[in-house]
Amino acid sequence: MAKKVEVRIKRQKDNQAEPYWEEFHVDYQPNMNVITLLQEIQRNPVTVQGEKTTPVAWDCSCLEEICGACTMVINGQVQQSCSALVDNLEQPIVLEPMRKFPIVRDLLVDRTRMFEALKKVKAWIPIDGTYDLGAGPKQSQTNQQEMYLYSRCMTCGCCVDACPQYTPDNSFVGPAALGQVFLFNQNPTGKFNKEERLAAIMGDGGIQECGNAQNCVRVCPKEIPLTTGIAKLNGATLSQALKNLLKK
Amino acid sequence: MAKPKFLVVGGGLAGLMTVIKLAEEGHHVDVFSVVPVKRSHSVCAQGGINGAVNTKGEGDSPDIHFYDTVKGGDFLAHQAFCKDMCYKAPAVIYLMDRMGVTFNRTPEGLLDFRRFGGTLYNRTAFAGATTGQQLLYALDEQVRRYEAAGLVKKYENLEYLGMVKDEQGQCRGIVTVNLDSLEIQSFRGDAVVLATGGPGLVFGRSTNSMINTGSAASSAYQQGVKYANGEFVQIHPTAIPGYDKLRLMSESARGEGGRIWVPKKKGDERELRQIPEEDRWYFLEEKYPRFGNLVPRDIAAQEIYDVCVNKGMGIGGGHMVCLDLTHIPREELNRKLGGIMEIYEKFVGDDPRDIPMKIFPAVHYSMGGLWVDYEKTPDGLLDPQSPRNHMTNIPGLYAVGEVDYQYHGANRLGANSLLSCLTGGLVCGPAMAEYAAGMNGSAEDSSSRLFEEEEKKWQERFEALKDMKGDENPFKLHQELGEMMIRNCTIVRNNKDLQETVDALDDFTARWKNCDSLDAGKARNQSVLFINHLWNMIELAKVVAKGALMRDECRGSHLKPDFKLEQPKDQESPEYQEYLKTWHEQNDKWLKTTIAEWSEKGPQISYEPVDTSLIEPVPRRYD
Repeated sequence: MAKKVEVRIKRQKDNQAEPYWEEFHVDYQPNMNVITLLQEIQRNPVTVQGEKTTPVAWDCSCLEEICGACTMVINGQVQQSCSALVDNLEQPIVLEPMRKFPIVRDLLVDRTRMFEALKKVKAWIPIDGTYDLGAGPKQSQTNQQEMYLYSRCMTCGCCVDACPQYTPDNSFVGPAALGQVFLFNQNPTGKFNKEERLAAIMGDGGIQECGNAQNCVRVCPKEIPLTTGIAKLNGATLSQALKNLLKK
Repeated sequence: MAKPKFLVVGGGLAGLMTVIKLAEEGHHVDVFSVVPVKRSHSVCAQGGINGAVNTKGEGDSPDIHFYDTVKGGDFLAHQAFCKDMCYKAPAVIYLMDRMGVTFNRTPEGLLDFRRFGGTLYNRTAFAGATTGQQLLYALDEQVRRYEAAGLVKKYENLEYLGMVKDEQGQCRGIVTVNLDSLEIQSFRGDAVVLATGGPGLVFGRSTNSMINTGSAASSAYQQGVKYANGEFVQIHPTAIPGYDKLRLMSESARGEGGRIWVPKKKGDERELRQIPEEDRWYFLEEKYPRFGNLVPRDIAAQEIYDVCVNKGMGIGGGHMVCLDLTHIPREELNRKLGGIMEIYEKFVGDDPRDIPMKIFPAVHYSMGGLWVDYEKTPDGLLDPQSPRNHMTNIPGLYAVGEVDYQYHGANRLGANSLLSCLTGGLVCGPAMAEYAAGMNGSAEDSSSRLFEEEEKKWQERFEALKDMKGDENPFKLHQELGEMMIRNCTIVRNNKDLQETVDALDDFTARWKNCDSLDAGKARNQSVLFINHLWNMIELAKVVAKGALMRDECRGSHLKPDFKLEQPKDQESPEYQEYLKTWHEQNDKWLKTTIAEWSEKGPQISYEPVDTSLIEPVPRRYD
């Protein structure tokens, strides 16, 4: 008989419903990931008790850990389910939705708040226009390499899921958005609007909410040095605050 | 007249660039996407974006880029579109740099460029090996800026179902389904664009994201939009096989010096690293001394297939060849290819800096797509004033990005897709604005009845889908569809298998009607949404299979050995003259765009001429 993989999944019919658990046994295949488990359940939605159930709802798209969609809590650890290989996981494999966002259904959550935070901190470069205005500013290889680390943020939500200061009912923008402030304030053109972005993180829900637990940097799948960026931003907001004071 | 309203369906590179062009002119735009736009499939593009900036002093120019592109596409591309794209390329790369894309740099601080397939020039700008992600993020940020300013509204959980046409056959809006609640809702728009990407999921597993079902394009086709060159599907030579998907290993790996080889001895059982240089067969370098590992994708994929399947020379006798980077310093690999190094490590478990990667070709990109129109200037560029650019045969409905068809002919060159998405958007946005400015009466004035009728039709359709209680599991049926399409409609094609596929697809339609919805709920009912996609995928599969069956020649990605003309090596020989004569006859017969039009009985195929006024077609050579 084929080797089976044991999976326990926390399910919830909709935003208002009570959560419940279901267990499945899925045929093992070498090198399979959690996505394959969920796909196999779609093809045969029957629990370990032999009861027919609905396929499990979850979010996914690229399956290469570059889009950030398929994030969930696997054996207690927040991560992308595409790069979670079954061989590396203890069984039963326990799948739960992310913990800080409203649940849409089963493993699928609504991460709108993270995108709103990017709006709030003005995470963009205000270019003059899309016309042919010639080359951009020169940049050193070192600066490019440092910025590239931060520009790979997928807004997947691992960092905010792990952050003790980010709760479903507060207004903290979270480490991902702070990382983006650091990124844009480093950019040769982005620097021009540095103060605007700093102001955005100096109010309610801003950088002072960070408790320096350092969970964010530990769970980031792209190994973004979030705490380094946040520490440097801390310095920048302090001197900005001082400047503001002197201006008065 | 009321301010015009614009609807953009799809939030990848092409869609967002279109949005930006419209918003920049002060227009209001609604954006519809099945994922937060930051998660669109453009993120998967790895290697880079082409533009003849000539940073390396090699004498590269937009004209050479244009020639490489047209030749790479085996002369099936529309030359006005291609020329426009190649001429705009350097400025587009600069624009993206100004938006903050973290492109790799030269020591002087300029943009760095690397080699890619189908060219001999360093023409590809890159941000590590995650260029698509970086470009998409830059546009996402610009669009967010317009969103904050109130010019753009995003609907990131509404899926396009179909268009709303008025009595004159003009597109006046769209119907959507809410992914979270299955609620059906229509929107009015004076000009609508589909920027919904490719149909990789028609082949089950591919390098594409799970959202790339081609569903929107298929729906448009079923509503009367012409589908062009559907049979031209790019097979990327290098991907990692997997159960859930086939993960791309970028062409940039070869652009940075990666080498393809297999052991010289059939079934050599030694560990790959133990096989000495003299026992390795670098078959691409041997056969194509000029382009080597950087022959265009159609050729590389066909050669790898030949080595593994026909010659049985794959690693361990299986369907795998080596993509070897181990001779390149680790630091350089990390800096230039970090993104794909990580993917290989995470998903396979081996470190490609130490051990040669094992790869095989996979379905990657659709050169074909929705037919679109254009007008050109005497120089052969697109007329920037024309509302016809990128417009489908339905007035007011546009298509841009992978979902369109005209830029890449029979085979796309690597790093030209990010480019065509961006330059396409630069053209499409202004064309839509021009169209809306010149139209008679706005969508606001169209009768509400049109919208109510379409909404009702879709409500009934979804109720019926939810009530399906047959024996077929839709996800299993999709798996079967994909397996058949990969078997019969990919690298090597023959008319017997294609005919069987065409026939079998009718059975798939019948079996689809016997699906089980698996789920009667309203909240995020992914099964019911998928059943709707599956119908659309089957309809598109018919376009691919029928087009391939009818095209009796070899061109780019479309390889039919029964109709292959062997090219004699010696161009001076009488055999070559003989070959050339036959080649011309074949080319005159087949250098044309395949047009599929939907009917109850299956796709109706006709052909249209291709504009080759700027570059004359010749037999392709890369040796």
